[in-house]
Amino acid sequence: MAGLLVYVHHDDGELSPQGLGLLARAAELGGEVTAFVAGSGIDDGWAGSLGGHGAARVLVADDAALGGGLSQPIVDALAPAAGEADAVLFGAGVVSADVAAGLAARLGAGIACETTDIAMADGGLVATRPALDDTVMVESGFSGGPGIVLARANAFPVREDASGTAPVERVSVTVEEWSRAASLTGREEAESGGVDITEADILVSVGRGMGGPENVPLVEALAKALGGEVAATRAVVDAGWVPYSMQVGQTGKTVSPKLYIACGVSGAIQHKVGMAGAGTIIAINKDQNAPIFEFADVGVVGDALAILPKLTELLAARG
Amino acid sequence: MNIAVCVKEVPSATSQRRLDPGTKRLDRSGDSEPNPFDVHALEEAIQIRERGADVGEIVAVCMGPESAQRVLTKALALGADRAVLVTDAALAGSDIAGTAYVLAAAVGKQDADLVLLGQQAADADCYVMAAAVADHLRRPLVTQVAELRLDGGTVKAKRQAEHGYDLIEAPLPAVVSVSDAINTPRLPSIKAIMGAKRKPLETVSAADLGLDTGRVGGDGARSVVRTISPPPPKAEGLKIEDSGGDSAEKVVAFLSEKGLI
Repeated sequence: MAGLLVYVHHDDGELSPQGLGLLARAAELGGEVTAFVAGSGIDDGWAGSLGGHGAARVLVADDAALGGGLSQPIVDALAPAAGEADAVLFGAGVVSADVAAGLAARLGAGIACETTDIAMADGGLVATRPALDDTVMVESGFSGGPGIVLARANAFPVREDASGTAPVERVSVTVEEWSRAASLTGREEAESGGVDITEADILVSVGRGMGGPENVPLVEALAKALGGEVAATRAVVDAGWVPYSMQVGQTGKTVSPKLYIACGVSGAIQHKVGMAGAGTIIAINKDQNAPIFEFADVGVVGDALAILPKLTELLAARG
Repeated sequence: MNIAVCVKEVPSATSQRRLDPGTKRLDRSGDSEPNPFDVHALEEAIQIRERGADVGEIVAVCMGPESAQRVLTKALALGADRAVLVTDAALAGSDIAGTAYVLAAAVGKQDADLVLLGQQAADADCYVMAAAVADHLRRPLVTQVAELRLDGGTVKAKRQAEHGYDLIEAPLPAVVSVSDAINTPRLPSIKAIMGAKRKPLETVSAADLGLDTGRVGGDGARSVVRTISPPPPKAEGLKIEDSGGDSAEKVVAFLSEKGLI
């Protein structure tokens, strides 16, 4: 099976937009694209709907061992088909990245990470990524077997019109004993209720540079004065300053408000991919070398703890 | 129980990073440091011991040029008991697949029940090494772990995923990558820095590990850089130097001018 194989991850049947977007981009390259989904109790109609996102056909790996939400059994299921493909493509995501990496080891295949575009050149797939804090673009090709491409978060948009279906074919699955040794024993879901930051026109975000949770009220006050909401980086969410529902970035939410004020946010790629689509970005950071100044519309080099109260006061005075 | 921690040498955060236009590889001639994410992995190994687990030894394993000895010396100062540097001219230019093959072979010889890595390398921003090493070793994997506990022979981990947090358990021996949220690494004491020089630091070659050199180095790389180019140009932002909060008025003026308030 030559051609491109796109692994589309899903979480209990909810297809990842990262995988769907990459599938759409792969289909634009002109060849026949095969989608691959893995899980337990997969419905043919659901799998066939990937045709609307660009798949010419869909391979389904269906086995009880594939329903556990972990990567290693999926590597086992995917490896036979992957070995015959020209390239295997993965959208961004925690499990997808683990599957891609495990597969690269299994096949001894080259892997390109953080990919923001793909193309065909000299008869093979090439992948382009920004590197070194997005200061340089690197284009890579593959040799000696299938190439593996892992996309950057939000690099490829999902088709707006996704009508259509593709034929579904079920593959045989053999899962290794060691691959099923780890188990997902539980989940702490993001809190529902509260505010949906993806809907907000104005966001004020808190990063580790704000010092500690005791300073979060400064961010809340500014957000209130602007009529906006509070967002956050992964680091401060993992540190427990604010709940996960406020997190923007690779494993958090993707936002595109009119105004995004980043306070003490360094602007690591993992955060940038979630908010680079904001209309206007204002960054306040003590570190003048922080990557966020590379893509902010206004960069304020200074102490957010001193600036925020004054900003809030001035805005409140305007009424 | 023994713990192996994989440590990568990366350009230091303060150095000017660039790709060498000739080799198309990262220029590693400047200052280097242990990958900060790997330092969190090493710190976690030390904390596992401090929390009372019966940890026989903590070994730091690095693949890199001779200069990477400095990074391993830092790992020893931070608390590793011994260190292994895999260094060989045949390994220069290895891609991710090649590096994973080498690291797996090296840690596989350390009699480690738990292999720890940082979730990503600060120079490449890829999240792939742990899963690739685990596949080579045929061991269970947990990645991007923000909380880790050992309960007898079981790893209990919490990691952030797209929908919230996953709770994952895996029996030892296992491979675990950690996020930078998992702990706050300590700074080594002067005594520890001096003591590091007396701890064993072993150097091994590709032949020592019995590696197939066709799978490593620039010639064995299956991912090949074709071109390096500047990023698309973008508009230069406005930069304001603040002093004691005096930038607030300028920011308000900007917001007003843009019609955002």
